[in-house]
Amino acid sequence: MTIRIAVDGTELEGRDGQTIAGVLIGAGRRSWRSAAGAERGVFCGIGVCQDCLVTVNGVEGVRACQRTARDGDVIEREAR
Amino acid sequence: MSRRVVILGAGPAGLAAAQAAIAHGADVTVLDEGERPGGQFWRHHDALTDPRMQHQWPRFERLRGALDRAEVHAQASVWHVETDGGLRMHALVGPADAAGRTALTVEADALVLATGAHDRALPVPGWTLPGVITAGAAQALAKRDGVAPGRRTVVAGAGPFLLPVAASIGLAGGSVAEVVEAVGVGAIARGWGRSPWRLAGAAGKAGELTEYLGDLIRHRTPYRFGSAVTRIHGVGTVEGATIQRVDADWRPIPGTERVVECDSVALGHGFTPRLEAAIQAGCAISPDRFVEVDGRQATSVPGVFAAGEVTGIAGADAALAEGAVAGFLAAGGELGDPRLRRVVDARRRMHAFAERLATHAIRSGWTAWLDDDTIVCRCESVTRARIAEYADASSRGVRLATRAGLGACQGRTCGRSVEALVAASVDYDQRPVLSSIRIGELAGLHHTPDRIKHQEQE
Repeated sequence: MTIRIAVDGTELEGRDGQTIAGVLIGAGRRSWRSAAGAERGVFCGIGVCQDCLVTVNGVEGVRACQRTARDGDVIEREAR
Repeated sequence: MSRRVVILGAGPAGLAAAQAAIAHGADVTVLDEGERPGGQFWRHHDALTDPRMQHQWPRFERLRGALDRAEVHAQASVWHVETDGGLRMHALVGPADAAGRTALTVEADALVLATGAHDRALPVPGWTLPGVITAGAAQALAKRDGVAPGRRTVVAGAGPFLLPVAASIGLAGGSVAEVVEAVGVGAIARGWGRSPWRLAGAAGKAGELTEYLGDLIRHRTPYRFGSAVTRIHGVGTVEGATIQRVDADWRPIPGTERVVECDSVALGHGFTPRLEAAIQAGCAISPDRFVEVDGRQATSVPGVFAAGEVTGIAGADAALAEGAVAGFLAAGGELGDPRLRRVVDARRRMHAFAERLATHAIRSGWTAWLDDDTIVCRCESVTRARIAEYADASSRGVRLATRAGLGACQGRTCGRSVEALVAASVDYDQRPVLSSIRIGELAGLHHTPDRIKHQEQE
């Protein structure tokens, strides 16, 4: 089953059950956060490094590699 | 009344502990941060995981079946372990990092720590570029999400784990440009070839390795020994990697550089145990930084047992055997019980296998591939030069002046590397809370009545 999530206003398609990071990588997106002005994406993939944090439906600091994407999720990038 | 055994972690060690404790009549509760049991080894999603990536799946299904007789809390982030005046675990249950998760407190007569390990990836110039991930991340994305990290990936680091990672990337639809192993062929032959009769008991492992090697040969994937990725190139994303020969100490050999085109790099130089719960519980930690256990898998804290990678990096089979011993004893069993004979034998055989993994232990020369401006602490973007400037400062001094280790991951990623650079312990293992929780959740706990298991018995 296909799900759709909005990432910074762009709609991406993923497969039901994938994490937010899985949907992003599957759609060819590598970066969705910035640190010290440089792009960052997923690094550890298992919830340890916190490099993939995004805002999900208005809630900040969610690890994209740990959160299962739900149809209609609205994802915004974070910077620090 | 049966003993209440709480198990932290539902990977091979935790599942084996649960099964053994249930079989011995204990009242078992399993707390795991994942959505489904399996840990990293059996990470899966029913619809998204290619079953060819899994090993010993029937064994997993049997262990999972045993959980029917346990209380299982998935998506449980344990943030505090109390051992004074009884064993008590505090967790927040709900979707990862969601606001307003449910507070849960569980009391126990015995606790089994089966929290596993995560990748240790050494810093390298360019390693913060999107497209650079850990070997474990490549494995997790392939198993959990059914995606490859990129179209063409260089897999680099040290140890046999690079093999299943390369295989999983292929099965998830990516291609592997090269597998790059830092240890030279001679050292590997000496390390793994010594007294091979002791490896006879690990024949299953040998079969698994042969399968992976066959896979590499079929795909004509080069496997480089005595080499390392010493620089990753790109603007905004990975475009290539420099692969260079290294000496026995992992120091790059000048003049041997080759640039390989790729759009992702998976790095895995070994593993670091997830010690947070053990440290919070007050368990003695060995000089080489694993949880100290005796032949009973008992830690230095009464009632607290540990099994799997937190006690030493030895792979899933050792974790299964250790977990079975830990669970059985946590439930009140004795080590001399004949029912334990087989797992105790298996544990001994797999420890002999694990000794060989030391062949791939990180050597000190890796710091020679860093530039002054290479970021070491990813969270706070702290460079090698900045850390070197405070190398003689106190542990607190290094942290406060550079902010290395004070970011969101609390030194989980950079801690060991910072220690290598300052040649001293910086105590990044000592963290006030086990897992990241929101300040609001922490504050709210004071007002929220905890659901205490077995409250009615108090």
